[in-house]
Amino acid sequence: MQLEIYTPERKSFRGEVYGVRLPGIDGSFEVMEKHAPMVAALVPGQMKVLNDKTHFSFYNIKGGFIEVLNNQVTVLVEGAEPTSIEK
Amino acid sequence: MPGQLKEVRNRIRSVQSIQQITKAMKMVSAAKLRRAQDAILQMRPYAQKLQEMLQNIVSNSTGDSDMSLADQRPAEKVLLIVITSDRGLCGAYNMNLIKLAKQTIREKYQDQFNKGNVTMMPIGKKGYDHFTRHNFKVNKGYRDLFLNLSFEDVQKASAEVMKDFLDKQYDVVEIIYSQFKNAVTQIFQVERFLPIPKITPEPQVAGSHHSDEKKLKADFIFEPDEITLITELMPKILNTQFFKAMLDANASEHGARMSSMDKASDNADELLRSYRISYNRARQAAITTELTEIVSGAAALEG
Repeated sequence: MQLEIYTPERKSFRGEVYGVRLPGIDGSFEVMEKHAPMVAALVPGQMKVLNDKTHFSFYNIKGGFIEVLNNQVTVLVEGAEPTSIEK
Repeated sequence: MPGQLKEVRNRIRSVQSIQQITKAMKMVSAAKLRRAQDAILQMRPYAQKLQEMLQNIVSNSTGDSDMSLADQRPAEKVLLIVITSDRGLCGAYNMNLIKLAKQTIREKYQDQFNKGNVTMMPIGKKGYDHFTRHNFKVNKGYRDLFLNLSFEDVQKASAEVMKDFLDKQYDVVEIIYSQFKNAVTQIFQVERFLPIPKITPEPQVAGSHHSDEKKLKADFIFEPDEITLITELMPKILNTQFFKAMLDANASEHGARMSSMDKASDNADELLRSYRISYNRARQAAITTELTEIVSGAAALEG
């Protein structure tokens, strides 16, 4: 599935990923291949991007939104800082 | 003769110093433009995506949620946000914006305007000066936004506009600003701010926009739920839209100033050339006269 991360600053990400885990308003959730169309609100927290089943990277994000449509995941956050460690 | 010479010399000097100023202003604008351009180019995809997301939700929603910001009322009270610059010397930039604002009033809101129901909200000193001078109804709250262009301040302004809209002080809010295309081209445009335009799926032109159509009909899962989502999303989007317009206007202003200062420097060059020609001509004429005087004086002595 295709993942795109947008922030008001340029630091955006675009690429093919296996899955992504996000902090939703009602708790953490994960989006994988062929997820149904969805719009969700995000709270500040940590986002985990799974490049494939074993490789992943983390981002600290501020609040925002995610949209899933046609295997295309769009993450809109007000800030996304890459971090190496899981909290 | 020497008097004329001096006059031309003075004029050359003054044109030179004006040119120095215009050149410096051009450089300053170029530097500022670069920064403004970076800001807007980084902001734009984010704003666009947010907008798309909102339109997806709005057109998929059942309509009974808290859609008060998309509430279409008969346009009786109109607010026009006109984003101009604080400073002049940027060519026709401000005039074009003011002209566009007046044209908008003429074409769309003439009736409301006659009843005194069109309020202007000028941002930037130039527009403010113009509209107060010409006795428009002016909301002066946020004319100083450009002094320190920060997301926070813009957010306050847009929050107030949203509040006024919800309080039914205004039925329609439009932003008039110039979109930044490149340093020499600004696209002056009117953009609907509130109510949020509801997109209706248009009959698609053969195949080309097929994915768009699919998008509109997609059955979204809303998480946590539609209402929370929309109430969270809408102000955010409007803030972003407002901020984007401000950044666009800022970049356009510097672009306009840069190109007009460039032109001014060119004109100064041309002026200098023609002055130099007349200066040299006057100098040569003075020399010739002097020579003739000496020669004829000598001739008189000999004779």
